[in-house]
Amino acid sequence: MPAPSWEKDPVLSVEHVTMRFGGLVAVNDLSFAAGRGDITALIGPNGAGKTTVFNCITGFYKPTQGMLRLQHGDGSTHLLERMADFKISATAKVARTFQNIRLFSGMTVLENLLVAQHNPLMIASGMTVLGLIGFPAYKKAEKRSIEKAKYWLDKINLTDRADDPAGDLPYGAQRRLEIARAMCTSPELLCLDEPAAGLNPRESGELNQLLLDIRKTEGTSLLLIEHDMSVVMEISDHVVVLEYGIKISDGTPAEVKADPRVIAAYLGVDDDEVAEVEEALDVVVEEARQ
Amino acid sequence: MELFLQQFINGVTLGSIYGLIAIGYTMVFGIIGMVNFSHGDVFMVSSFIALIFFLVLTTWLGVASVALALLIVMVISMVLTGLMSWTIERVAYRPLRGSFRLAPLISAIGMSIVLSNFIQVAQGPRNKPVPPMVTESIALWERNGFTVSVSYKQLIIIAVTAVLLACFWFLVQKTSLGRAQRACEQDRKMAALLGINVDRTISLTFVMGAALAAVAGTLFLMYYGVVNFSDGFVPGVKAFTAAVLGGIGSLPGAVLGGLLIGLIETFWSGYFSIDYKDVAAFSILAIVLIFMPQGILGRPEVEKV
Amino acid sequence: MSTSAPARPFEPDFAAAAKDAVLSGVIALGIFGPLVGLRTTQNMSNQLIVESHWGLVAIIVGIVAVGRFVLRAFVFPRMAMWKAQPKVESTAEPSFLRRNIKTIGLVFLLFYPVIIVSMLGYQQSIKWVDNFGIQILIYVMLGWGLNIVVGLAGLLDLGYVAFYAVGAYSYALLATHFGLSFWILLPLAGILAAMWGIILGFPVLRLRGDYLAIVTLAFGEIIRLVLINWRELTNGSAGISSIPKVDLFGWITFNVADPNYVGKVFGLANSSAYYKIFLYYLILALALLTAFVTIRLRRMPIGRAWEALREDEVACRSLGINTTNTKLTAFAIGAMFGGFAGSFFAARQGFVSPESFVFLESAVIVAIVVLGGMGSMIGVAIAAVAMIGGTEILRELSFLKVVFGSDFNPDLFRMLIFGLAMVTIMVWKPRGFVGQREPTAFLTERKAVSGSLVQEGHG
Ligand SMILES: Nc1ncnc2c1ncn2[C@@H]1O[C@H](COP(=O)(O)OP(=O)(O)OP(=O)(O)O)[C@@H](O)[C@H]1O
Ligand SMILES: [Mg+2]
Repeated sequence: MPAPSWEKDPVLSVEHVTMRFGGLVAVNDLSFAAGRGDITALIGPNGAGKTTVFNCITGFYKPTQGMLRLQHGDGSTHLLERMADFKISATAKVARTFQNIRLFSGMTVLENLLVAQHNPLMIASGMTVLGLIGFPAYKKAEKRSIEKAKYWLDKINLTDRADDPAGDLPYGAQRRLEIARAMCTSPELLCLDEPAAGLNPRESGELNQLLLDIRKTEGTSLLLIEHDMSVVMEISDHVVVLEYGIKISDGTPAEVKADPRVIAAYLGVDDDEVAEVEEALDVVVEEARQ
Repeated sequence: MELFLQQFINGVTLGSIYGLIAIGYTMVFGIIGMVNFSHGDVFMVSSFIALIFFLVLTTWLGVASVALALLIVMVISMVLTGLMSWTIERVAYRPLRGSFRLAPLISAIGMSIVLSNFIQVAQGPRNKPVPPMVTESIALWERNGFTVSVSYKQLIIIAVTAVLLACFWFLVQKTSLGRAQRACEQDRKMAALLGINVDRTISLTFVMGAALAAVAGTLFLMYYGVVNFSDGFVPGVKAFTAAVLGGIGSLPGAVLGGLLIGLIETFWSGYFSIDYKDVAAFSILAIVLIFMPQGILGRPEVEKV
Repeated sequence: MSTSAPARPFEPDFAAAAKDAVLSGVIALGIFGPLVGLRTTQNMSNQLIVESHWGLVAIIVGIVAVGRFVLRAFVFPRMAMWKAQPKVESTAEPSFLRRNIKTIGLVFLLFYPVIIVSMLGYQQSIKWVDNFGIQILIYVMLGWGLNIVVGLAGLLDLGYVAFYAVGAYSYALLATHFGLSFWILLPLAGILAAMWGIILGFPVLRLRGDYLAIVTLAFGEIIRLVLINWRELTNGSAGISSIPKVDLFGWITFNVADPNYVGKVFGLANSSAYYKIFLYYLILALALLTAFVTIRLRRMPIGRAWEALREDEVACRSLGINTTNTKLTAFAIGAMFGGFAGSFFAARQGFVSPESFVFLESAVIVAIVVLGGMGSMIGVAIAAVAMIGGTEILRELSFLKVVFGSDFNPDLFRMLIFGLAMVTIMVWKPRGFVGQREPTAFLTERKAVSGSLVQEGHG
């Protein structure tokens, strides 16, 4: 069997990562690779350790053991487990969204996108000093960053709400805004933690288009956690399945779907049924939110 | 060695008082997650209530037995301080529950200013000395002209604290009120759904904390023989330090922390400079909060992303 | 407590109100009876005795009971009615006053001494320029400085007065020992205070919420206690006196003996009012500098990062923001303005002692920031005027002596009323006077963000 495409040019390689919380082993000796330009899905039942993997990748947790290597297109590599969380975003260029949305709810939509461009703007403002005395270069840089924000607002269809507080947006729009905010950091790898959770089918479809578009036009590689099988099967190139912190399957969507261990993990029911259950659950969750 | 023993006894005495106050901080923090900033001043007011009734009993009503007077005074002070604390919670904190997080803290700071200034206005700014109430002491050990002694006052303080803590422990561990409190600590919404009267439980928590502070206030008055309207702040901060040191939210922790703070303070004054004893207390507070915010007996807080 | 009949919720329920009134009267009697009715005083032989003042207790209990009755019978139903009515968004243009409040305020501040002097003459103006103008402006400046830390970055600092002390002592010590000019020491004091901001900020970076507040309180107290106990340097509780006055860059001075005394230069009669007026404009300039820098910073990446930090620290880190540096700059810049204000304070008083830097001062400044509405510059200014001006005015209410007798000292009630106001305003408006947030950038239209969405920060 030839090596799968994601092994050849991985943007992220996770090698033997283990994460313990006291006695609980949330992730156990996990290894997988996410290919450059791929959409890689990380799936698994509740509590499988998916979010924990994300937290290790983005530096919020330091893995107990193992290595996380990020490779840029220009060949530079970053060892994520050794970097501070903000550095992972700033220099290794990994952006993420959160399972429970974390927007700056008291700031406007536009401000949210400007905060995401903090680092380039900080440099343009001469670490604040030059900007404070009214240096023109900063003005220009700010204009550019507003342009960039506008570009993303257009993509997520929120231009007309740019001046509204983020906390006022409907749920689906908040999800999209969080993705746009992450994209404003110009990431090499974008990690999405259950982006479709709580979305209705139409919104979910739009999300798929947005993700495919991001990959196509920005060339960003995507890693996503998803419960919604329809999303996973439709857009991902590569699926990794976790259960109790252990990888139980890894391959193309078709391969994973046929894997008996995966079926067993999902309570022995068909994927379609799982999707149905999930959808029903999502509706309930959405209702509970309102 | 003699100095050490003597300071140990003094430290335990002082620590008992801090421990009694610290319980009020710890319980309120445990149940509504708020630093009850005015608790130190509640303690001070309770000491004034004790002072007033002690004078009334001994000078007006001619109660001759100091022990009886102290007992009555302590009970009155517990009741009235509890009533006051209930009112404060009702007026200044309850309307702010569930709103902006800083609001209750600011309100509590305001309340602390109100209490100390109210006493200043109502009772005057001067120190209030009472004649020594209990003077006897027992010499434990004598060597090289240095006597290690424990005074009756100290014995009373330690004994009263121990008995009260035992009753209190029974109250929160074995009664339905204690269960309700622990339920509210875990999850207030869920407790309410299960039919626990959350408002009343919180009120009672304040009242219990205040009653213990009133015991401390009475003992403080008996021990030092003087109170002042500004005596709430520093003991308040030290008791809070004790609560944090022991692990905030934990009752045994509060007592343990109180004893430790009392010991540290007396040993510091005994062996180092008395000038810097409050600096030591504040430094411990800062160091504990920075390096071991979960305290000795508390549970560490994990932040999930 | 009994609830009124659900059918007519807005009707006054007199029976319930009366029951309530009696109950609160009893509670008031329990609390105020001993503490007010039995006053401990010392008699001729220095023994503590108890005096009774039952009349006063009766008045207080009466006020509480009647007040509660009115609240319960009339005010609460009215409030419930307002709440039940659908909110009508006022589409009308805000009034002229509201739209131009900044300009009007600024013009008023600029002409305030002129108005006072022309109304009262130089000698009489001193009180109004000094006790009101300068005093309030100091707190406005301190409030704006702390606003950076508390209001923008969401880090609750209860030890801000430490930086005020650092500024004051820097000026006092360096000016008395080395005779350096105010204009050199002002920036130096700011830098020293900023350094202390970083030193004290560093260990508390990991702390959140009330813990941060308590540790900063501890730091503030430690600095004060060191000032008291390090007698060789600070002269202990006795403080440092004869701190030199500020002059106008050496061209004009305010010491009568100097050849270029302001009176001699302009041919005016000697008066201490000139110095006060000069100080007024100096503190006004410093306060406006604070405002200017803050407004500027808010629109820069660092300012947005502060606010983002207040909203969600985890999200900030996920966007590559170095939260350590961001917090430290907030501490440092806030402290710097505190240091400026401190050196001004030392120059104005001519005397500093640890007494001026007690925790109460920090509490007052935090109260001003929170009561004003976190992050709002106008709100902070309004709160400073209301709280400081309001309590200063109490000193002037000598007519109260006629009502309460000649030994009535309104000054004593100042802090009592301050504390009561703090509680009342919090209960009435937990978000402060100005509960809205002004966005720092906009695409088409600047819309204020409702306060209910703005987070208060974790630290
Ligand atoms: N900071 C932490 N401390 C202790 N345990 C943790 C921590 N974070 C996660 N865990 C535990 O690790 C396990 C995996 O959690 P994780 O959030 O990664 O699951 P998940 O796969 O994302 O589940 P879900 O689909 O519900 O989001 C869980 O048992 C969780 O309780
Ligand atoms: Mg998860």
